[in-house]
Amino acid sequence: MNQPTTSPKPAGRRKFELDPRFQSYKGVWVFMEQNHGEIHPVSFELLGEGRKLADQLGVELAGIVVAGCDADADRFCAEAFFHGADLCYSLTHAALTHYRNQPYTQVLTDLVNRHQPEILLLGATTMGRDLAGSVATTLQTGLTADCTGLAIDLDNRSLAATRPTFGGSLLCTIVTLNYRPQMATVRPRVMSSPVRDTSRSGRILAEHPVLAETDIITKLLEFLPDDRRNETHLPFADIIVAGGRGLKRPDNFRLVWDLADALGAEVGATRPVVQAGWVTADRQIGQSGKTVRPKLYIAAGISGAVQHRVGMEGADVIIAINPDPDAPIFDFATYGIVANAMQILPALTAAFRQHTAAMKKAV
Amino acid sequence: MHILVCIKQVPDSAQIRVHPVTNTIMRQGVPAIVNPYDLVALEEALRLKDRLGARVTVLSMGPPQAEAALRKALSFGADEAILLTDRAFAGADTLATSYALASAIRKIREDMPVDLIFAGKQTIDGDTAQVGPGIATRLNMQLLTYVSHIDNVDLERGEITVQRRAEGGVQVLCTRLPALLTVLEGINEMRFATMPDMFRAARHPLAIWDREAAGVTDLTKVGLKGSPTVVSRVFAPTPRMHRAEIIQTQSDQPDDLVATLLAKMFTKFPDLRAAVRPRCA
Ligand SMILES: Cc1cc2nc3c(=O)[nH]c(=O)nc-3n(C[C@H](O)[C@H](O)[C@H](O)COP(=O)(O)OP(=O)(O)OC[C@H]3O[C@@H](n4cnc5c(N)ncnc54)[C@H](O)[C@@H]3O)c2cc1C
Ligand SMILES: Nc1ncnc2c1ncn2[C@@H]1O[C@H](COP(=O)(O)O)[C@@H](O)[C@H]1O
Repeated sequence: MNQPTTSPKPAGRRKFELDPRFQSYKGVWVFMEQNHGEIHPVSFELLGEGRKLADQLGVELAGIVVAGCDADADRFCAEAFFHGADLCYSLTHAALTHYRNQPYTQVLTDLVNRHQPEILLLGATTMGRDLAGSVATTLQTGLTADCTGLAIDLDNRSLAATRPTFGGSLLCTIVTLNYRPQMATVRPRVMSSPVRDTSRSGRILAEHPVLAETDIITKLLEFLPDDRRNETHLPFADIIVAGGRGLKRPDNFRLVWDLADALGAEVGATRPVVQAGWVTADRQIGQSGKTVRPKLYIAAGISGAVQHRVGMEGADVIIAINPDPDAPIFDFATYGIVANAMQILPALTAAFRQHTAAMKKAV
Repeated sequence: MHILVCIKQVPDSAQIRVHPVTNTIMRQGVPAIVNPYDLVALEEALRLKDRLGARVTVLSMGPPQAEAALRKALSFGADEAILLTDRAFAGADTLATSYALASAIRKIREDMPVDLIFAGKQTIDGDTAQVGPGIATRLNMQLLTYVSHIDNVDLERGEITVQRRAEGGVQVLCTRLPALLTVLEGINEMRFATMPDMFRAARHPLAIWDREAAGVTDLTKVGLKGSPTVVSRVFAPTPRMHRAEIIQTQSDQPDDLVATLLAKMFTKFPDLRAAVRPRCA
């Protein structure tokens, strides 16, 4: 029954007086997600968005850094400042080196309770969703998950968080009434990353929370890193060539790979193609796959169902190849070729190879 | 061992259409299904039952029609089913949903302790992935989300070891029971229910609990009243301003079409020239 599941009925804009307990809640916080010494790019995207919210509210933007040692934490804080933060709360303890729900929930809820931000943003990653759910429940506040848009309703200084529902067929804007902080998670690559400005700096409020490993029930036995060689870089690829069921047979998918090679592009796919085993699941783009924002997206044999669209419509330029002139993909693509992909893909590969050869000569 | 699986009945979102004028969901004729991710969770529970022996209880909060989802779970091999249904629960967001479910689980535990709770990775209608973490937090249980493999359940020591999907790799985590798990899709394949299973499931008595039976005393914590978030606006995604420019040539031959496309594209988006960095064959 969770909302907005039950026929999302707008509650309208309600004016209200914020509970006096919450009037001291000020500032926008972004949780800086780190994995093995690196900040997840979604945190920078959130800082970019958080900066706009903080400026509208006339408050400060803080990065929340959680790390295993001070050296890491200082590096993460610096990155947070480069991407727009005014200050950082830095929490370090050996027990926080790797993500685990219990200690992270504990230190974050404790920090919120003491410093009282009005907005707390996290990435909708495996870590962010795990942590946000626990933190919001512990704090008994509202959480809007997997948002694609954030704005401030200046009438009552509240966060208006927009998220797709029913697989992207509809969008809902959700507000948190009389609870603070207002929490939201945002999917990676939905928002663009701010320009990194290494001249920026800010204040660090460093804390060393009291934690005992013996009190932490879940133990990390091992971390098995993904094989980097096979890892796809879809979310950050400049060009993606994606294939759908319209390619008809798995061996036709070769044409997608060939074009990707000619472009130096990544290969993506729709869900039916992944389910049929033509490509691995990490190449799925869309609502239950990855969100991407390439400069160029070439969609071959893809109908453009809303569940696919939500993952790729952030592309700057979309080329669609589909023999059906009424395919929904033509409603939002930049260029369309109404033809058989099996003929167009090889022609594109040849044309782009020629283009590169010509560029080389020109140099 | 007692395993609890939380399942939700949802409209088949693949078949949902939005009314072009009123921007409302057209539900008519859209079948209600068990949230697909919850079936993955149920299958994982049933596999543990097959391997180690367990009682599997399924729990769902929803309108009376959600009974169908529970019967489906029974037909696959769940032992007991509880439907949490009460007008007071309507309109709940994730916080209020996890409150009602957690309070029902406390009641279930009085009857027989629960060792493991499974929830789906997320629902396909609400899509929040927050109810599982909410229940675990309320019950003060260890939470293991995005599990890609259950390595071991050691009932004697009361421990479970799993592989959990994280950024850039897999965490192998060991924790104490009881714990709440959400599992990734693709970790198993759902079994089929036979005709006799379906008949048995149709006859199986279902426990129907209202708020009192579920031990919900504080009505300000459930349903619309207990939900900190409200929907302020519902709208259809904005269509891009323009339909695609359809490339046409006199011959409509692939080579001509492609040449025209590249010429147009590189003129309008010159930056793309530099983005092309072919890989060596
Ligand atoms: C909960 C849920 C989550 C989902 N998540 C995702 C997701 O993350 N990602 C995703 O992609 N989908 C997802 N889907 C599935 C989605 O609804 C669509 O079914 C899917 O995107 C369609 O894939 P497709 O375009 O490859 O196939 P189809 O819809 O079958 O389209 C094939 C297209 O190929 C065209 N075609 C035919 N012949 C040719 C030819 N010779 N050359 C070129 N084109 C040709 C056809 O005209 C047609 O338009 C999800 C669905 C659900 C219910
Ligand atoms: N009404 C409900 N009844 C039972 N389980 C639920 C209900 N809502 C959510 N869940 C469980 O919580 C998971 C996550 O749901 P959600 O947070 O809506 O994405 C689902 O996959 C279910 O296992």
